[in-house]
Parts: sequence; structure tokens; C-alpha cells
Amino acid sequence: MSREKARHGQSRPPIAFVVLAAIAVVFFLLPLIGLLARTPWSDLVSLLASEVVADALVLSAIASFAAVTISTVVGVPLAWVLARVDFRGRALVRGLVLFPLVLPPVVGGAALLFALGRRGVVGEPLYEATGLVLPFSIWGVVIAVTFVSMPFLILTVEGALRNVDVRFEGAAASLGAGGWTVFRRVTLPMIGPSLAAGMVLTWARAIGEFGATVTFAGNLAGETQTLPLAVFVALETNRDTATALSLLMVAISLAVLVLLRDRWLRPR
Amino acid sequence: MAVSRLRYGQLRVVSAVAVIGFLLASCGGSSDASDEIRISAASSLSHAFAALESAFEALNPGVDVVLNLGASSLLREQILEGAPVDVYASASADTMAPIIDGGFSDGSPIMFAHGSLAIAVPAGNPARVAGLDDFGNEELLIGLCDVVVPCGAYAHQVMSRAGVEPAIDTNEPNVRSLLTKIEAGELDAGIVYMTDVRSASGGVEGIEIPDAVNVAADYPIAVIVEGPNTVGGRAFVDFVMSGVGQEILAGFGFVTP
Repeated sequence: MSREKARHGQSRPPIAFVVLAAIAVVFFLLPLIGLLARTPWSDLVSLLASEVVADALVLSAIASFAAVTISTVVGVPLAWVLARVDFRGRALVRGLVLFPLVLPPVVGGAALLFALGRRGVVGEPLYEATGLVLPFSIWGVVIAVTFVSMPFLILTVEGALRNVDVRFEGAAASLGAGGWTVFRRVTLPMIGPSLAAGMVLTWARAIGEFGATVTFAGNLAGETQTLPLAVFVALETNRDTATALSLLMVAISLAVLVLLRDRWLRPR
Repeated sequence: MAVSRLRYGQLRVVSAVAVIGFLLASCGGSSDASDEIRISAASSLSHAFAALESAFEALNPGVDVVLNLGASSLLREQILEGAPVDVYASASADTMAPIIDGGFSDGSPIMFAHGSLAIAVPAGNPARVAGLDDFGNEELLIGLCDVVVPCGAYAHQVMSRAGVEPAIDTNEPNVRSLLTKIEAGELDAGIVYMTDVRSASGGVEGIEIPDAVNVAADYPIAVIVEGPNTVGGRAFVDFVMSGVGQEILAGFGFVTP
């Protein structure tokens, strides 16, 4: 036990590892330094105190939390099915889940437009039956953001479910617990940290989503303009505003990630 | 134990190879490729500049023209941030101004083409858009380019000249994405360049904007003095201004000076 600990915990890490790890850290640090160096600190408050920024902030918050909620409600069951049920075409479904990760977001947005737009394969009958137009509305934003971010939740939860010892579930079932009770009382507590990690990843991807949103939902301040879209528009006119907005996004993301990490993601 | 030792050795080899590769790649990047000309051109020039590229390359074997297409304002920001660009062709004098003021180009830019605007509607004009007045209709799905890109700035000028307050549903980041949404039938109408309507493949129809309210979009071009290949850049600009180059532009619906 102690030898084991010495080998894993206190031995000197290989030099190559330290060097490569340092390269990785620098790689993430450099853009942040660039952003901080360009930040107009003295005008920061006045640059961010505008209706457009407030609208974008609220919309981004709504859309990203909606994406996490929808992803959890339908993504966890899908992850469970993928991990536990052996069915024909499972590899195909798993590939389908990866689709939004591989696709450039702009292409994903165009694909959503062709499927769910007013003239889309599904969107046209929907429009004719209900008059509902999904693009250019907050629904469009939520759909685009969810499409791009849900895979993170499914992949994380499926991986966790595969690592759970199914004998615990079997034992609970043999004692008379129903399928839902087993999931809620046995499986869920065991995958809890991974589920939380998956939700955080999903949220992080959702808050930064740009390509699919602008392609499917368009860009209108106060209606469909999320923070990343506001940054993009500002980048072309007022670089100070763009930098201030980017810093705001970094600050929000850091605050949420650090807070959640301390709360739920603390390694056991 | 033996296994982990082996892996560690492999790791060292892999990391050494990675470092050498990285060094080689960074050396390769800085070598000046005099046979490569990098052109940043406005989205609305996409088709015309693709034709100019192939014509120029046919005349100059061994030369590789690399096109970087995007919103004029975005391309300008890239140049102001030091992107290696030899020629900048923008869709308005306004977007070109910071390049000249900042000393990124020698002398004044050359106006190489003019374009006008047109209303674009999906094929068949399902919403029966007749003219600019329809842009004020809340019932229709209307898209313009964002006011920060030239096609949006021009579109807003046209709107104010026509005295119409547009009921906008989306401000698109560039003219190509606006056209995509019109072609898909997701927008009922938008304002684009006349040249876009001509080059669009059947998915869009154009409606003319009366001359009294239309604007003349100026297309300036400039050689970027800090670019890696200014000689090549000048040669390309000369070609654009030559009879052959101007003929190609006219073929795409541009008005040539």
C-alpha cells in the first residue's frame, strides 16, 4: 500500500511529461494574456453597461441553462441505453451522437435550417400546421446551442455508466427494487460526479456557441444575439467593446467552473 | 515494471520527435514564398476573384494566388493585427480607410470596380415582395447584412433614402450567409449586391432598386506594404486593373471604372 502510494503519488514525474505539460499550460495561457493586455480597464464598466450587452447576457444565460436541462432530460436516458442495452445499430447511434462534434458548427446550423427551418423537411409541415417559425427566435437559439452541446453530456455519462459495476444494480434488483428505483438510488449516486462534469462541459460549450446559432437563429440584438454573437459584431466596429465582452465571458465561465469544481467536482 | 519502462522510453522518443517537428514547422513558416500571393477579398467578390485567380495563375505559371474571403471589416481587422496579406480588396472606402490611415499601404487605394444593390428574394418570390416598402412589413421575415459590414451599411443607406424603417429579423455577419438564408427560403427578402443576385444559382431572384435611392458601392484595392510578397501583390493589382482583369469583373456584373 505505501509502496503503491510512493510510486503513484510522490515519485518524480518524467521530465518529458513536465515539459509537455508546461507547453499545454502556455498554450492556454497565451490567449488569456493577449486578452488581458488589450483590455481597456479604465473604460470597462462603461463599455459593458449597455442594453445590448445586458440583453445578450440574459439570452446567453437562458439558452445555456435550457441546453443543459434539455441535454440532461433526454441525454441521460440515451447514455443509459447506449451503455446498458445491446441492440443492432448501437454503433450507428453512437456515431450520430458524435455528429455535432465533428461537424463545423456553421454546417450544423445550416443542416438545422434545412431540417427545421420554415422550408425544412420537418419545419415546413410544422409551420403549415402551427404557424411556428423556429429560426430567428429564442427557440432557434436554444435548438442550435443544444444540438452542439448535448454530445458532451452523453459521452461523459455513457463513459461513467460503463465504469459502474453492474453487480450493485443487480443486487438492488434482486432485493426487489424496480428499474427506476435502481437507477435513482444506486446508479445515479455512483455516476453523480460524472453527470455533474458532463453538465458543466455542456454548459461551457453552450455559452460559447457561435456558428450554429448565427446560421440557424440569425443575429438580432435583444432577440437572438447571444454574447458570442455580440462579441463578433463588436469585433468589427469597436475592438474595445469586443475585448471587454470577451473578458466578461471569461470571467463568467471561470466563476461558474471554479464554483462548481469546489462544490461537486472535488476528486474523491 | 518492464512494460512501464518501455513506455517511458517510447514517450521520450515521441516527445523528441514532436519537438523537432515543431521547430522545423516554425522555421518553414517564416521562409518567404515569393511564388505565393495572399489576397484578402470581400465576400461579395468571391466568385469574381476566383476567376481572377485562375486567370492570373494561368498567365504566371508557378505563382499561387491564395484567397482569403470574408467580411471586409473582419479582413481589415486581420491586417491591422499583422496578418500576412499582400493585397486587400474591400467592399467600401470606409472599411479601407483605417488601412491607409494606419500606413499599411503606400499611396491611395485604387477603385477597381463599382457595384449596386438589389433586393433578393427566394426563387418564385413566395412572399410576393414588390419593392423596398415591403421591408417595413412586420409579417415578413427580413434580413440585412449587419450595419458593421459594407453590405449592411449600404442597405441601411438605401432604406433611409427610401424612407422605410425595416422590420429586421436578422443582421447577418456577411452577404454570403444572408444569401444562404434567402436561398433556403427562410427569409422572405434581403438586400444584397446586384452581382450576388447574378451569380446565385437559381435559388434567388433579384428585384431592382430604383437608381434614385440605390447606392454605388465602391470597391477599393490596395497593396499591403508589410505583406510577405509586395512585388507579387503589385503584379496582381496591375492585373486586376488591366483590360483582361476588368473584363472578368464586368462579366460578374460589376461596373468597371
